[in-house]
Amino acid sequence: MKYIDEFRDGDLARGLSAAIRQAAVPARSYHFMEFCGGHTHAISRYGVADLLPDNVRMIHGPGCPVCVLPVGRVDMAIRLALDCGVTLCTYGDTLRVPASDSLSLMKAKARGGDIRMVYSSADALKVAQANPEKQVVFFAIGFETTTPPTAVAIKQAQALGLKNFSVLCCHVLTPSAISTILESPEVRQWGTVPLDGFIGPAHVSTIIGSQPYEFFAEEYRKPVVIAGFEPLDVMQAILMLVKQVNEGRAVVENEFSRAVTREGNVKAQNLVAEVFELRRQFEWRGLNVVPYSGLKIRKEFAEFDAEQRFPVAYVSVADNRACECGAILRGVKKPQDCKLFGTVCTPENPVGSCMVSSEGACAAHYTYGRYKDFQ
Amino acid sequence: MCLALPCKVVAIDGETATIDVSGMKKDISLALLDDVAVGDYVIVHVGYALTKLDPDEAEKTLALFAEMGEQAMAEAAREIH
Repeated sequence: MKYIDEFRDGDLARGLSAAIRQAAVPARSYHFMEFCGGHTHAISRYGVADLLPDNVRMIHGPGCPVCVLPVGRVDMAIRLALDCGVTLCTYGDTLRVPASDSLSLMKAKARGGDIRMVYSSADALKVAQANPEKQVVFFAIGFETTTPPTAVAIKQAQALGLKNFSVLCCHVLTPSAISTILESPEVRQWGTVPLDGFIGPAHVSTIIGSQPYEFFAEEYRKPVVIAGFEPLDVMQAILMLVKQVNEGRAVVENEFSRAVTREGNVKAQNLVAEVFELRRQFEWRGLNVVPYSGLKIRKEFAEFDAEQRFPVAYVSVADNRACECGAILRGVKKPQDCKLFGTVCTPENPVGSCMVSSEGACAAHYTYGRYKDFQ
Repeated sequence: MCLALPCKVVAIDGETATIDVSGMKKDISLALLDDVAVGDYVIVHVGYALTKLDPDEAEKTLALFAEMGEQAMAEAAREIH
């Protein structure tokens, strides 16, 4: 397939692996965080870690939107379906996220909730149009990639004059999460790992551009290389980060220039700004409450805000005490350090959210890497 | 859920485009992008085209991979001999 297979070429991978080995200075170690779950998935699936020298270590970050969705938000969606009797439309990944009372959206569906998986916010809108007698709520989650489609759906609902469509907005912002990792007080609780640089998001950056990361490079002196989600993209980004560290530089570089510009998708940014505004605070799974890290629907579009329309206030719920998702999302622990990993917590029966999505650090390691632990 | 593929646009009708992924056709929204033409490759996510692929930049990136790799392999060969 064009623009896919050529970025998975084995010969090129061997060459890049050799280049990384030659560039990495043996006397020092390199710790890079790949923020996006898409990169985590690629690293696990294609065995990228095995192609790196021992002193280059990749740390999985919190860039999987399903993994950072807190229990309390899933509880709200379940209450909407079971208590308020709405038709809840959701992306498939959220269906198995563990919630309170041993529930998940999938189990709530089994209890009679009208919960439907949709591929797109536009599909949720179609459900509302086709069922005018039902209140339809779209459970909107994700980073800057899924936010513009939600904005489009809300604007279309307004244009169509729909009275039975609203959105439970749980959209979050990438730069806030990176700031939190770099400076939050919880680092004292979880401990921290030295971070020498970041692999910046691929598809998020198609929307927001590379410009927002310049702050991290300048303020925190951390190199950032934005990279595509194919294995060669990730390897090239690692090579670029190693070179920046060696040269004492900390700038934003763009490996994914075939899809990302400095400015990003301005049309999408304007749509998001028109429909959403910053929340003062939003709770993330694993990162706790992060100020100005989430979005809510502007009051001009309040009739499409499920939190205004239905009595479902957010209640914070602690994660399972044995679950190490919080430490794993911060890169302090590896999936295999968690007592639950691969025992009671598996992709078929996830206890923590990192095991739910194929982009979660635990699910990726369970699927592609766990047998190496026994060697 | 952020995984998304570059897809070829094979037809456009207003704000809706038809894409072809290995022979499978699907309709997606172009609400977030202007100036998309039939034959372009776009990154599609949750049913929306997020951005166009720049073919020249893709070629340059592949050329850079090859150049880095060839240099490293030549260096490794020199070390062996």
